[in-house]
Order: sequence, then C-alpha cells, then structure tokens
Amino acid sequence: MSEEPNEALSRRGFLAISAATLGGVMLAPGIRLIEIAGARAPEQAVSRQVRWGLLIDTNKCAPGCDDCVKACATENGIKATGHPRTDPQWIRKVELKDMRSGRVHSAPVMCQHCEHPPCVDVCPTGASFKRADGIVLVDRHICIGCRYCMMACPYKARSIVFEEVTGQNPDVPRGKGCVESCTLCVHRIDRDQQPACVDACTRAGHNAMIFGDLNDPKSEIAQRVAKYASTHIRADLRLNPGVRYQGL
Amino acid sequence: MKRNVMGAWAGHIARAICLLALLLPVLAFASGRVPKPVIDIDKPGKCVEDTATMRREHPDMLKHQRDLTMHDGIRTRKHSLKQCVDCHASAKTGSVLGTKGFCQSCHDYASVRIDCFSCHASKPKLATGAKP
Repeated sequence: MSEEPNEALSRRGFLAISAATLGGVMLAPGIRLIEIAGARAPEQAVSRQVRWGLLIDTNKCAPGCDDCVKACATENGIKATGHPRTDPQWIRKVELKDMRSGRVHSAPVMCQHCEHPPCVDVCPTGASFKRADGIVLVDRHICIGCRYCMMACPYKARSIVFEEVTGQNPDVPRGKGCVESCTLCVHRIDRDQQPACVDACTRAGHNAMIFGDLNDPKSEIAQRVAKYASTHIRADLRLNPGVRYQGL
Repeated sequence: MKRNVMGAWAGHIARAICLLALLLPVLAFASGRVPKPVIDIDKPGKCVEDTATMRREHPDMLKHQRDLTMHDGIRTRKHSLKQCVDCHASAKTGSVLGTKGFCQSCHDYASVRIDCFSCHASKPKLATGAKP
C-alpha cells in the first residue's frame, strides 16, 4: 500500500516525459511539431530567452495571392465596415517592381515586431509595449487612442478603430478608439500554435512564411536565417525587426 | 399671533416632508418598484471563489488577471473574463449582456458602467463549425 502513491507518481511522470518527447519529435532535420523552447506551463510568464520571428520568402509569395490577409481577418475578427479608407489593416500585400529589370515581387507587410520599437518609445501612457518574447502589442486597457504610435511607425503597421466592433473573437478583444496592429496571433502562440497567416500560407502549399524562435539555433527559422541571405525592410533604421524577408 | 400660526404650519409641513423622505425608500422596496438584478445561473457547479468574495472582489480579480495575460502571456482560466462569460452567458440569449444578462442586470442595479464588453466578446466562442 505504501508504495502505491510512488508508483502512481512515477507513472504520471513517465507519461509527462513521453508526451513532451512526442511533442518534440523531429519531423525532419530542424523541423519539429512543437518547439520545445516555446512550450511553457500556462501559469509561467513569457521568457526573454525566446524571440519570436517570421521569415518571409518573397520568391514564393505570389503576386495577387492574399491567403494570409484573409486568414488574419478571419482569425482576428476584422470585418469591412464599408469605409475601406479607414478600415483597420493588420497585414497588407505590397507589390514591388524593379523599374530597370522589370522584376515584380510581392510580400505581406505587417507589424515588424522591432527589437527597438519606435511605437513603444513615443507612447505617452505605456499602452504600446514589447512583450518579453519580442512581440509588440497594444494594451487596450491603457491606450487613449492618441495615435502617436501610428505616426512613429516607419512601416505604417498600425491602425485605429473608428467604428464600434461587434461579434469579436473571444481571444481577440477589439474596440472603437484604440490603436491596433498585428499581434503575431499572440493568443495562438500562447497555446503553442502558429500565427494564422503562416498556417494559411502553409496549408495552401505556398510555404512562403515560416514562424519560429529566432533565438533557438535548432529552430527552422534560425537555421534558415543563418544559412540564407535575408533582410529587414528599412534595415537602415536599425530597429532589428523580428520579421525578416528573403529575396527582397 | 398670525405669524405663530404660520410658523406652526410650516413646522408641520417640514416634518411631513422629512417623514416622507425617510419612508420613500422603504415604500419603494416594499412595492417592488426597484427592479432587482436577475441572477440566473444556467450552468450548475461552483464558481471559482465563494459568492461573497466574487461579489466584492471580481473587479480586482479581473484587473489583476488582465495584466498577467496582456504582459506576461499567462492565460490561466481561473480568473479570466473569458471564463466568466463561458459559464455565465444566458442559455436564452447566449450573452452576459441584455436586461436579464448576468453582468448587465447587476451592473444596472448598482449603476456601475461595464466597459469590458465594448472590446471583449459578451458571448462564448461558438463551437467549431457553428454559424453565428
């Protein structure tokens, strides 16, 4: 009898270990089902060890394709209000043409999740902040809607909500009078899922976007960044964004 | 002499008004003119804390939890607004708002404005595949 609790504990321990191992099983070299470094207990705060990032391969991103934009709108409950000029934009497709060579390429542009975010520098209330794992967010409880951050952002990544919002996704509260931008689908990341745009791009077979921990040398994104040339948009500003582009 | 009579009358009237003022709330409650909050709980089971604590401290709990979630990414369900809505949404309207909604009826009674639901969803997430 006295040994039973111990036995139960060890069985539970064994199950936990095997679950953790299964989650971290390598699908292919460098590609894992779940990033072990990203997994944390629900009551554990986000860690500075992690730096979430995106790598976008513009060679694979087809002009005219807006799968990521649609997935973002569905996930975050962004609906057209009938005023397209003032509708919030979390992610947009930008097409670039080299006038000399005539080469056209296309890329999704969203909040670049800078290491040194200008939006955080200018925010008068502290609503605009960078989470320990590198995600730049707006705390709507503190945002007064002054829009300084919108002016400070060199990527025009932020929008203000002009109209009442109804039928929000319970995971993504949104409302009139606050500034908002791409959250890197923080609610999904906190449950060990990828952002909706990356998911949609991969599901459609384009594979133009990769999400992962830039600080983890074993992650696919870090390995690709180490191996292939990639750059930031407006790298001259030295903001060190978490979003990187290949083939720009 | 006349002034005295007038003074006495004024005194009577003042006393009557005072009495009426004291009696009014009693009368109002007795006749049920003040609408009491509707506390319908469709889901059986216990709340995360006892009723007295919840009534007194739910704003503080929510405020504490919101900062943990927003800044530290801690999404435990115990004191989260989402979990409140999941349990307390009315079976009829599917919402915690509306005159008989769990949140709104009490807040109307206490005359305290709830700002939560100008951004947060007042209805639980639909099951996958369900259409609004």
